[in-house]
This record gives sequence, structure tokens and C-alpha cells, in this order.
Amino acid sequence: MSSRFRNSFVAIALLALVCGCDRDRQEPRGKPLGETVPMAAAPDTIFPGGGRPAPLDARAAAYEGNAYAIAQGQQLFTWMNCVGCHSHGGGGMGPALMDGKWRYGGRIDQIVASIANGQPNGMPSWRGKLTSQQIWQLAAYVRTLSGQARKDSVGARAETMSNSPPQTQTIRKPVKPADSAQQ
Amino acid sequence: MTASGFQTALGGDALESHNFLTLFAVFMIVCTIMYLLVIGALIIAMWRGRRRGKELVVETGRHHETGPAFRTALIGWTALIVVGLTSLTIASFFTDRSNASVARDPGLTLKVTANQWWWDVEYTTHDASKMIRTANEIHLPVGVPAEITLQASDVIHSLWIPNLAGKQDLIPGRVTDMQLLPRKIGTYRGQCAEFCGIQHAHMALDVTVDSKGDFEKWVAAQQRVAFAPTTPLQLAGYHYVTTRECSACHTITGTPAGGTVGPDLTHFASRRSIGAGTLPMNTGNLYGWIADPQSQKPGNHMPTIGLEPADLHAIVAYLETLK
Repeated sequence: MSSRFRNSFVAIALLALVCGCDRDRQEPRGKPLGETVPMAAAPDTIFPGGGRPAPLDARAAAYEGNAYAIAQGQQLFTWMNCVGCHSHGGGGMGPALMDGKWRYGGRIDQIVASIANGQPNGMPSWRGKLTSQQIWQLAAYVRTLSGQARKDSVGARAETMSNSPPQTQTIRKPVKPADSAQQ
Repeated sequence: MTASGFQTALGGDALESHNFLTLFAVFMIVCTIMYLLVIGALIIAMWRGRRRGKELVVETGRHHETGPAFRTALIGWTALIVVGLTSLTIASFFTDRSNASVARDPGLTLKVTANQWWWDVEYTTHDASKMIRTANEIHLPVGVPAEITLQASDVIHSLWIPNLAGKQDLIPGRVTDMQLLPRKIGTYRGQCAEFCGIQHAHMALDVTVDSKGDFEKWVAAQQRVAFAPTTPLQLAGYHYVTTRECSACHTITGTPAGGTVGPDLTHFASRRSIGAGTLPMNTGNLYGWIADPQSQKPGNHMPTIGLEPADLHAIVAYLETLK
């Protein structure tokens, strides 16, 4: 084995190790403990005449693409009866979550704000009912319904009983606000 | 043959475990006799062969040509084997029949649902107003056959109450069952006996076998709705528990708290433990559990809320009234 080949092999193995650790990092308490969900309306990404969207919330990195957070979010999705309105992502009384259309924004911090604050026409506010860590976990799971999460962080098999196809087979939809999708 | 203890498979405190202990004794006696005979015969053969000091005798298979004494011994040996195996078979058969007879006329029906990592217990009756729901504890009247329906909500668990019965798996999407006929009053420990995740070791339940009078009293107490708060501190706790995070998962009968994800808390303070056998029930442990369940039972599904001290005091004060 040439030394160059060996070096690249070691580098790839290390990279795989580091990525692997990141994928399933578990924070049973949420970090930091006193974190709060943004109190204001959803961070906007649409501006009349063009403008700069707010930067992504720093907490997004800890939840997006984290297998543990997504699995917990999936359980919460059933437990908190999100299924009652959104079905298993297909929508019913509430909008579908598995397509690319987002009335109130498809970024993880925008979804967090929608869950925490509630939205018109029936979406209840979950602030004070769920901890902010749980809301972020739910949002991380909701993002996987339209294939936004990394494929190595979603389950090939649901942690709980489920009749949906495995999430590794979800096709990634481009994220666009609902009004632009209608045009 | 009966060892008494909080958790022992040699307890024999219910019909099933008693039957199996008897069966175990029968097997032990029969097998010990046969074992001693075989080893005894072997020792005699070695001793005699060594004393004779002749050349090696090769087994010819022509036993009919040997002496009558040897033939009688062989026939006797065969008969002994037949008698031994037959008695084991008969003993097994009657043990099985006796255990099955419990299911014929259950005086009490329960539904136990295993969750990661706690037990949901429901006493089913035709009258919905008399239904009891509790968690991590089972009360049974002595001498009354109980039929327990077993289900699981997430992964495979196994219910094991060693003093009373053998293990029985609880499988998601399937209904299994277990029959118990308790014979002795006492408190026993049951546990999950199938690895079910990170907190498998902290998934225990208390099984209390009461006299019939005590059981009726317990049932009456459990059928009551939760006590109303009396002090201002308890009232503050009541408001927090019934309107905030707690009520999203827990039910307290007679209040707006109606979540079904976590254990029913209606008579929480009357139980012996917190967190499915994780901690003994007392004020200090209750503070620790409410303040940070993730440090008491890491990975369990109850989140650390990050409560303000005033809320924590109020919640503990209220929960302690839920006798």
C-alpha cells in the first residue's frame, strides 16, 4: 500500500468517524437549558422588492440532520396528535407537510416559530405545552417529511409502529413559499 | 422449597409458580435418582474391571448370551427409564392443566400496556365509571384468578413477576395474556425481562397481593377523582400542572390534564416509587425527579423543563396531595 493511498484512507476513515458521531449526538436535556423559542413572528424570508433574509438560528445546527432529534420528533408527532390534522405528512384538515410548499416558511427556525406561536386557521400554539427542545425536535422531523434532512440521519425503519414508507426513500422537494408555488 | 423474598423465582406465591416449583421438585428427584444409579453403576463397573485385571472386553452386543442376573438387571433398568419418563410426562401434563384452569373463570381482568420505560395498568370493567387506570403498580386480591391482557406500544417488552409467574412477552400490534392466581398476601417486585432500550433496567412495577377487604378499599380509593388543592401553594401547582407541559402527557382525573403519553397521575402519591421503580417515593426524590428527570433516569421520555424554583415548589406540593 503506497503511503499516499494509506493517508487518504486514514483521512476518509477519520472523516466517517467524525460524521458518524455528529449524526447521532444525544442531548437529553437540550442545550442551553434556558433556551427560548423566538417570541416574534416567524423569521421572514420574503420581502417586497427584495431584501436580506435573517440569518439561520444558531440552534438549527444541533437539531437538523441529528438522528436522535429526528427520532424524538417523530414520536412527538404521534404523541401530540399532529397526525390528527396533518396526517402522516399528507395533510387533511391542516396543510400537507410532505410537499415543497410552505405558507409560513420552510426553514427549521420558521417551522419552530409556527409550532411555538401557532398559526391562523387552527394551528395551536405549543409554547408552554412542549419544551423548546421538543419543539426543535418536532421541527427537525417535520423537515424530513419533504426530504430536507440528510439521508444518513433519517431512519430506514421508523422507531415506532408506522405504515409509511421508510424516510430514506423520501424525495427531496425544493423549499418555496406557498404563494410563489401557486404561480 | 419456598423461599420468601421481594423478588425470587422460588417464591411459589401464586398458583402458576407454585405448580412449577412442584414440577421442578419432581424433575429434580427423578433425575437425581437416575443420575446416582448411572454413576453408581459406572463406579462398580470400573472397580470390578480393575480387580479382575483381564484383557480388554469388547462390547459384542450379544446380551442374550450373558447370564440371567445381567439380563434381569438390564430389563429392570429399561423399566426404570420407562417409569421415570412416564412420571415426568404425567407431572408436566397435570401442571399444564392446572395452570390452564385459572383462565377458565377469571374474577378480575386487567390490561397492562408496556411503554418505554413504564407500565400502564388498566382495570377493565363493563361499567366505564368504575374503570381504574394507574401505572407501575398492580393490586390483586388473594385467591381470585386474574386475567391480564398484555400489549406494548413501542418495542417488545416482557412482564416478569418471579414470585407469581413466568415471563410473558408484550409485543407491539399483538395481544398476549397471563393468568395469575395469587395464594399469599404480600408485595412483590416485577420487572421488564426483555431488553427494550436505554432505561430497560429502570422498568419495574410493584405487585401487591391484598386481602379481599383491602383490595376493595384500594379499588374504592382509586375510583375517586383526584383531591382538590387546599393551600395557595398547592393551587399554584394545580394551575401549572393542568395548563402547562405536564398536562400534554399526563392525565389527572377530575382536572383538565388529559394527556395519554405518560403515566396517569390521579393517585400518584399513593404509589411506592417514582419513575417505574427508579426512586422510592418521598419529597426529596420527587423534587429531584420534577426538577430534572433526565438526571434521574437519563434518556427517558419526560423532558427537563427548566422550572423556576417557585413553580417547582408548587408542583411538588400539589403532586404530594394526589394520594
